[in-house]
Amino acid sequence: MPDVGRATLLVTLGLSLYATGAGAWAARAGRRRLADSAGNALLTALGTSAIAAGVLLVALVRHDFSFTYVADHTSTRLPTGYTISAFWGGQEGSLLLWLLVLSGYSAAAVLLNRRRAPDIAAWSVPVLGGVMTFFALLLVVVASPFATQAPPAEGAGLNPSLQNPYMLAHPPLLYLGYVGLTIPFAFAMGALLAKRTDERWIVATRRWTLVAWTALGIGQLLGSHWAYVEVGWGGFYAWDPVENAALMPWIAATAFLHSVMIQEKRGMLRIWNVLLVVLAFSLSLFGTFLTRSGVVNSIHSFTQSSIGPWFLGFICLVVAFSLALVFARLPLLRSRTRLESLVSREAAFLYNNLLLVAFCLTVLWGVAFPMLSELVRGESRTLGQPYYNFFLRAFGLPLLLLMGIGPLIAWRRASARALSRTFLWPAGVALATGAALVAAGAGSSMPGLVAYTFAAFVMASIVLEFVRGTRAAGSVMTLVGRNRRRYGGYVVHAAIVLLAIGVAGSAYDTTAEGRLRPGQTLETGAWTATYRSLSQERAANALELRARVDLFRDGKPAGTIFPGKNRYFAEAQTSNEMAIHTDWLRAEDVDVIADQINTDGSIYFRVVVKPLVNLIWVAGLVFLLGSLVAMWPDAREQRRLAARYALASA
Amino acid sequence: MTTALVVAAALAVAAVLLVAAPFLREPRDGDDVLDRRDALDERRLELSEERDRALLALRELEFDHRTGKISDDDYRVLVGEYRRRAAAALRALEPKAARREKVDVQH
Repeated sequence: MPDVGRATLLVTLGLSLYATGAGAWAARAGRRRLADSAGNALLTALGTSAIAAGVLLVALVRHDFSFTYVADHTSTRLPTGYTISAFWGGQEGSLLLWLLVLSGYSAAAVLLNRRRAPDIAAWSVPVLGGVMTFFALLLVVVASPFATQAPPAEGAGLNPSLQNPYMLAHPPLLYLGYVGLTIPFAFAMGALLAKRTDERWIVATRRWTLVAWTALGIGQLLGSHWAYVEVGWGGFYAWDPVENAALMPWIAATAFLHSVMIQEKRGMLRIWNVLLVVLAFSLSLFGTFLTRSGVVNSIHSFTQSSIGPWFLGFICLVVAFSLALVFARLPLLRSRTRLESLVSREAAFLYNNLLLVAFCLTVLWGVAFPMLSELVRGESRTLGQPYYNFFLRAFGLPLLLLMGIGPLIAWRRASARALSRTFLWPAGVALATGAALVAAGAGSSMPGLVAYTFAAFVMASIVLEFVRGTRAAGSVMTLVGRNRRRYGGYVVHAAIVLLAIGVAGSAYDTTAEGRLRPGQTLETGAWTATYRSLSQERAANALELRARVDLFRDGKPAGTIFPGKNRYFAEAQTSNEMAIHTDWLRAEDVDVIADQINTDGSIYFRVVVKPLVNLIWVAGLVFLLGSLVAMWPDAREQRRLAARYALASA
Repeated sequence: MTTALVVAAALAVAAVLLVAAPFLREPRDGDDVLDRRDALDERRLELSEERDRALLALRELEFDHRTGKISDDDYRVLVGEYRRRAAAALRALEPKAARREKVDVQH
């Protein structure tokens, strides 16, 4: 079995190398059959990497501890679901997942575009092949999941914090996102290499970008929820380097999805768009490097390894190659149109882009700072939460405001009279909301108050857009059907507003903590938590200690929850199992954490009341809905594009 | 080990066959040319994109005007401009014009 795995990886490496070399030669010489052959190599690589993944999966499910990877990441006591999720729980498995997902994306992109845009697709094949070669090489030379050993009687098990249902979906979704950003990068580079700077590379890749962006967004939200329920500190985002690693490419892709519309509608920002694609892809590689190299201190760094220099070298190569290519093609990329007015929708998109990129680079600086300080001064210094929170407010609040302003302004230019007419209602709603919040006592946090006021403005502008649009189009279905991307985008904006409200809610968190004996209580705000008793239960892979805690709101019983700890046998580790009571009516959570369980039965508890936190998870569903609307194929547009390219090649 | 070698060899053979497939059939005349597009095709593509951009802009102008985002004065000025752009692209895309442009390109 391990030999089959190793052989398939070797064949995958050979195929990737062939796709790179033969693909580049074919594109340069204009030889169609050789280009098809190179494309076929990528299609075949999907098959071979799928077999390699299948071999590892079978070894995991069969608890074949002769595979070092299986012994290091599973045990016979591990439930089957988590045994499967161990595939991406370790470095070698997650690199194999990268390769598998990349070969899937590459095969689909080649199949769909080799006839539609043969010149660009031909040059994209060697780029995709080059990226695949890197990952296949890592798996063959540095981090093979098929290394073997004399099988031990029992495996080491899986890190307890990874034994959570969210881990079944969170990492694969992040990988779908990270890897998916390779496709727009490969096609952008393909277009530049082919010296074709028309819009075909955008048409070929915008849906892929949306898919990758959505997967990355949902993956991050699932990760936040995992951190919230599993890590046991009651927070959902801690500006951890690995969390930031997923956030940065998502922000860059968000900027690209906005600015690409300017290129499609006005033929502007061509250089900027290519640079954004390069940035997003480089950051996705950087994200994988951060997660897998163990170079930063993070609760998510489950591995310490030697792949760091390889990744760093590859990232440098990608950045240098891309920038050199963009520089060489600058004359082809210059746009012939200019911004007509600084008060127009395209100008709002531009401001949005500048803020997003500035925020992205700020986060990048925060993540890179410990590494740079260690390199320069010999001591690692980290930038903490205040640094990130400052810039989140500095860039996030204007971005929130722009989300409301953008849809209200016309393309090209807007007069003061038209602006005052369209802004009247949203501005009125925002001011009324702000005043109501101050009256309700929400003025204790100025950033929170501003965020809620802006959120009201954005929501009002979205509602107004739908109402006015529906009046003009006749029905909401016609309205959305005729412009899925715009109205899907507005639904995504609504999701971001919900997210902002949920995040801003943390400014109003209240906490109580203390050591309790059975019968004693803790109070915070309207909530009272009474510790009743402690029990323990032996599960398949852990000893589960649970405290029974009764909750009361305004003196009335609200429910019973069971915070505690799990002591894992195989892993010899203890995890904090926070208990959450959700009040859906108020979108509020009460988190009870048993920080320290003492031998005399007393427990040091923390009770955190988190208003509006559940809107963050609701935002995930709305985000997914909006993304699906935006990426759903538009038959009219496809007919128009087909006619355009048929005419062009007639 | 032997089974693994057989599987690996079979895989390699299958991979080679799939990769070599485009060379295993008899090529038709000109079948091996990757991209037949010339400068005229490039120009037509550019014009098609310009035409679509102008038509899309007209559609959006109309919509923005109906939803009150753009004043009557701005609408009149912009609609004229984008109609001219769309018409120019459409005229240039007519076969006669295309032939004329081909002559220009060749010279």
